[in-house]
Amino acid sequence: MKRRKRLSYAKYGYMFSIPFVVAFLLFSLYPTLYTMVIGFMGAKGLDTAMWTSLDNPFQNYITILTNKSFQQSIGNTLWIWMMNFIPQILLALLLTAWFTTRRTKLKGQGFFKVIFYMPNIITAATIAILFSTFFGYPMGPVNDLIVRFGFVDSPINFIIDKTVSQVIVAFIQFWMWYGYTMLILISGVLGISPDIFEAADIDGANTFQQFFGITLPNIRTILIYTLVTSLIGGLNMFDIPRLYLNGGPAGSTTTASLFIYNQAFAGSYMYGRASAASMIMFVIIVLASLLLFWLMRDKDEVAQNKMMKQNRKAQALADKTAGGRGLL
Amino acid sequence: MTKVSSRNGSIAFKIFAYTLCILLTILSIFPFLIMFINATRSTYEIQQSAVTLIPGTDLLNNFDVYTGKTFNPFQGFVNSMIISIGATALNIYFSTLTAYALVAYNWRARGAFFSIIMGVMMIPAQVTSIGFYQFMYQIGMVNNFLALILPAMAAPATVFFMRQYMVANLPMDLLEAARIDGSREFSTFNRIVLPIMKPAMATQAIFSFVGNWNALFLPLILLTNNSNYTMPIMVSLLKGDIYKTEYGAVYLGLSLTVLPLFVVYFLLSKYIIAGVALGGVKG
Repeated sequence: MKRRKRLSYAKYGYMFSIPFVVAFLLFSLYPTLYTMVIGFMGAKGLDTAMWTSLDNPFQNYITILTNKSFQQSIGNTLWIWMMNFIPQILLALLLTAWFTTRRTKLKGQGFFKVIFYMPNIITAATIAILFSTFFGYPMGPVNDLIVRFGFVDSPINFIIDKTVSQVIVAFIQFWMWYGYTMLILISGVLGISPDIFEAADIDGANTFQQFFGITLPNIRTILIYTLVTSLIGGLNMFDIPRLYLNGGPAGSTTTASLFIYNQAFAGSYMYGRASAASMIMFVIIVLASLLLFWLMRDKDEVAQNKMMKQNRKAQALADKTAGGRGLL
Repeated sequence: MTKVSSRNGSIAFKIFAYTLCILLTILSIFPFLIMFINATRSTYEIQQSAVTLIPGTDLLNNFDVYTGKTFNPFQGFVNSMIISIGATALNIYFSTLTAYALVAYNWRARGAFFSIIMGVMMIPAQVTSIGFYQFMYQIGMVNNFLALILPAMAAPATVFFMRQYMVANLPMDLLEAARIDGSREFSTFNRIVLPIMKPAMATQAIFSFVGNWNALFLPLILLTNNSNYTMPIMVSLLKGDIYKTEYGAVYLGLSLTVLPLFVVYFLLSKYIIAGVALGGVKG
């Protein structure tokens, strides 16, 4: 469809974008630049008059990057994210395969989807405290159950073990997100043309062959989308580790976000260092989203875009010669 | 012969699949069930046995524990409502308006503007929170709900979603017709475009509302007065020492924060599930 508008309407495009642009400049861009500036300053304390410039502008970055706690927090973040993401994507894939297979229709899918997704919309802060109560010692519900059913003789003090605490934080994340990932993957599979599966049926491909040969390659883009968005979310993991054990025991569940929060807002007012750490996270996240856009650039689509661009150019040329204006 | 074996295989598959699905269902529901039941039991009962399916009679006693303490679920509810409704309304209206600017008009900076929106879509507000906090502190907006509401006017991900929906569902001829009838551009948007966008707006409104309702990080750093605390901050108080020995009250507090979300979720689950699926294909 060719849309043609008189030139005078263009001003409304600018006008209607003004609220967004103003809010974006004020509340997103300016804070980003300001965080960057603070990262190069000796900013300690709430009173900006006390802030100093640094002899070496990268001093905060050096301090942060050589800080054992920061290194540990990055390690924790990635480790907890991986322990949550790998089982999450595997379970989501399994359920997706089951819910989309055309051979055996499972009943109650609508119900299961609603139930599996439910934990995702509940306040993370509430869930963190709920689980910390569950793993209470000596008489939390989990200890109650495992003692009553004879799995162990005496209650276990879960909250003093570093690895167990990391596993529990990862489990909570897994529990909150596998339903979401499943829904996303299912919608991806439903988007695949049924013709391909029918052709595979005729060729005699079995369910496994179809899943690995057709389904997986066709939802590649969505898998990458899930991976990168989960990674970005994981890098910002804050609510669960903060309220489950406040980063403990011995910093084993302190994530990068929690580290930044503790530097700036938990009474020490180290804004310069916290900003430097934020900027390091910022760069990692920008790199991750660039990677996403690059990976999701479908080769066919790129070719198609190229063709469309050429068409548009030709159209513009034709319009120009006709005295009009080439439009999108 | 092969038919029988494939049938057996199918039955075995069904048993296995249903077993796992039922286990996962229990895993989803059980924690909340225990929470609701323990909210009605006394701390002493909970200490005797933490897991039971029989409710107790101490709901009101548990509630009395909050008297005179900072945990105030009703205050939290009201504050969260104000912020979530305000932010959601601004988010939906201005995202749709921005999407309209991108779809309906041809202006020189349009392509660049859309690229920027795509580029910043993934960047979470959390990583720039230091600058944001300092900025708010300097202009005296700490403890002001507007600091959490106004930024919702610029929500790149919502704009992106609205644009996709608009491209597919808004007939441009309709706008031309409105112009011929003498409708002004802004009133065309409000009277004609908004009603067409209703389904997309409803979906995005649910997610925006839930997202704002559940947010902890920014409210936690910006709201320092007890009277301004949102629900998640109120919840975080339950982790404090005063409630260390008040299990019944802790479970009740958690239940009170979950209850509104449960109501919303089970009323709207159909739209929410469909909305999640829509969001996934946007990439």
